[in-house]
Amino acid sequence: MSESEAICCQEPEVDFVVLDRIIHEEFGGRREKMIMMMQTIQRHYRYLPEPALYYLAQVLGVPLTKIYEVATFYASFSLVPKGKHLLHVCTGTACHLRGSGGMVRHVAAKLGIAPGGTTPDMKFTLETVNCLGACAVAPVVVYDDKYYPQANVGKLNEFIEKANAD
Amino acid sequence: MATATSVVPDLAWTKKISSPHELADYRQALLAGMDPDAPCIRVCCGTGCKAVGSLDVLEAMKAAVAAAGVDVKVMPEVKRTGCHGFCSRGPLLTFQPQGLFYQRVTPGDAAEIIQKTAVGGELIPRLLYKPPGAKEPIAKVGDIPFFAKQTKVVLQRVGRIDPFDIRDAIAAGAYEGLAKVLSGMTPQQVIEEIKTSRLRGRGGAGFPTGIKWESCAAQPGRHYVICNGDEGDPGAFMDASVMEGDPHAVLEGMAIAAYAMGSDRGFLYVRLEYPLAVQTLAAAIRQAEDLGLIGRNIMGTDFSFRTSISTGAGAFVCGESSALMSSLEGKVGRPRAKYIRSTEKGFRDSPSNLNNVETYANVPAIILRGGPWYTSYGTERSAGTKVFSLTGNVHNVGLVEVPMGTSLREIVYGIGGGIPNKKELKAVQTGGPSGGCIPIPSKFLDINVGFGKLAEIGSMMGSGGMIVMDENTCMVEVSRYFINFLVEESCGQCTPCREGLTRMKETLTRITVGEGREGDIEMLEEIGTFTNSFSLCGLGTSAANPVLSTIKYFREEYDAHIHDKKCPAGVCKPLFYYEIDPETCTGCGLCRKRCPAAAVEGEKKKPHTIHQELCIKCMECYRSCKFDSIRIK
Repeated sequence: MSESEAICCQEPEVDFVVLDRIIHEEFGGRREKMIMMMQTIQRHYRYLPEPALYYLAQVLGVPLTKIYEVATFYASFSLVPKGKHLLHVCTGTACHLRGSGGMVRHVAAKLGIAPGGTTPDMKFTLETVNCLGACAVAPVVVYDDKYYPQANVGKLNEFIEKANAD
Repeated sequence: MATATSVVPDLAWTKKISSPHELADYRQALLAGMDPDAPCIRVCCGTGCKAVGSLDVLEAMKAAVAAAGVDVKVMPEVKRTGCHGFCSRGPLLTFQPQGLFYQRVTPGDAAEIIQKTAVGGELIPRLLYKPPGAKEPIAKVGDIPFFAKQTKVVLQRVGRIDPFDIRDAIAAGAYEGLAKVLSGMTPQQVIEEIKTSRLRGRGGAGFPTGIKWESCAAQPGRHYVICNGDEGDPGAFMDASVMEGDPHAVLEGMAIAAYAMGSDRGFLYVRLEYPLAVQTLAAAIRQAEDLGLIGRNIMGTDFSFRTSISTGAGAFVCGESSALMSSLEGKVGRPRAKYIRSTEKGFRDSPSNLNNVETYANVPAIILRGGPWYTSYGTERSAGTKVFSLTGNVHNVGLVEVPMGTSLREIVYGIGGGIPNKKELKAVQTGGPSGGCIPIPSKFLDINVGFGKLAEIGSMMGSGGMIVMDENTCMVEVSRYFINFLVEESCGQCTPCREGLTRMKETLTRITVGEGREGDIEMLEEIGTFTNSFSLCGLGTSAANPVLSTIKYFREEYDAHIHDKKCPAGVCKPLFYYEIDPETCTGCGLCRKRCPAAAVEGEKKKPHTIHQELCIKCMECYRSCKFDSIRIK
């Protein structure tokens, strides 16, 4: 994550060599693979930088509006940079029944951001996810890619404090 | 997430299997090298157990075996497997050949397990499972009601084999169905066998699989076989567990389908949120290709079938067949009107057969044992078994496979172990977000779960999510939750679904914050009926089910919200408050410690009180109180 740490707070320099590798080598430059190309680009930059999408449109011969349509239709894509720490709260049915909705509202109120939003200091992003398939240990949250089973408001406060102390 | 080093054996050097008979020889050779009585420890590494640290347990067990090496005559093999099913007791492990079951294992237990159980043959009582209310723990898997009451067809190898090693799957019988097909069955015979089995699609709609295959096969042009692994229903993880635990069953089923329809190309569309399933499937495809079981000239025959994985990008509607195919083409996943079926013109405008993961996973067993065998399970209208993910307010959360037609009572109480914390069962929700809530404890507890029965009472089978709700569930809020989910996930192209859902969400939200009005219920019914009648795709035509079913069965709860401005279940925050009953409060202080808002006050051993202006109604005190002293007012 050291690479992404360095770039998360500023507009990244888009590396066209990396883009070419993703578009051509990994996915053979095929229009049908566009969603997976965008996923790979997003994994690399932690969001979809605008210059990368312009380039993708040019290379694939797809209108930029179509790419924008895909980027905004699918929930996993983001057109804005994410914060340094990512909190995913599962809002699947089992987690919802055990209070995940309240946890989302709590974090949102505490940080002053809506779900999907990032704090102005770029430290913290709050996301919801529909179901992670770990319903047995609901409510589940994923903080910086680590699963926390049976989470509660106290646990989330810890994350926020830790992120702020960084 | 801890990443254990999962070694995927490289089989590229292995000789390809060159005839269907050679597979049997290969299997025999594998079995000859295995001692069925050799000790083997299977650590569950499904998503549920992984979330509670099973990968660390796996590594600790391996280390403990290595450390104890000299003392043990036969070293137990530590095996990483898919989901054992009993997710609420994770991390789990089973100990063969005795069939012992250890639950809630921590890495710290590893050395003791090896020393006491592997070397000394002793049980460790604290790791055994004790059913709720029972005095004595149960040692063996086969004696635990959760496992004993299930019938495993789809899940037969899930949790038994290492999903990253195809040899383990072959030794357990994988690809035998495909070998049988390739050693002399005609495509028509395969289709007939599936028709005889009366297998119906397990993704939700329940369309007869054999008929779908037949109509697709009859079309001219290149055919595509597509597997729908976009299990988007929140609270459902059956398909994930099959893909994670036995990816070969899915690949074999797809290959058999491809043979029956004359296809040479397949796609697996897997949800992005299931990274483990993508890993196991990718490893399975590579190993199957290395052995000549998938790819060009399968088992030395003229039949070729190549398949690859595409990942979704987080859109629930992509579980709908035409939307999924559009997404596979790299476009937005908007369903289309189906005047022309996908079996005629689907992916790339070619005849395409789309089935769900579980449907394909049923196919090899049906081919191997015959259609009539399959119909010996289940009911007249719903043959075979069905995997349910049993979640919510129930003791035993996990994966459950039972014959179709099993009663809800058997599933919730017999297998699920009933409702925890002495609460009352209120409803069972089936069919995902657009399913319905079945009220219990009324006459419905004894209904037999099958395609027809659930539809009759206003719910549906869906893909098999089964969410148990206790008395602390507010049905108005549940319905608002599902409608909110569907508003977010509606693709927005047809008006009844887009506008209907939005209006229903607005109305339900108003009701849950205490601003419900006279006539709201009737309006919801009207909009809901309209949405269900005139939407374009399956998402829209079932979207109002949660609203309509909760109004039908829990109308008094809507009335309480609208007229009395009360939420009887204590969920809708503006409509209730918590109060501590001074009579029963012992002043233990647990709620005071747990309260994140410091709203509970009181001296030790004296009744506590809640400051209403500080209380954020997060439920922590209510859940933590051991004396039932926190009351919903």
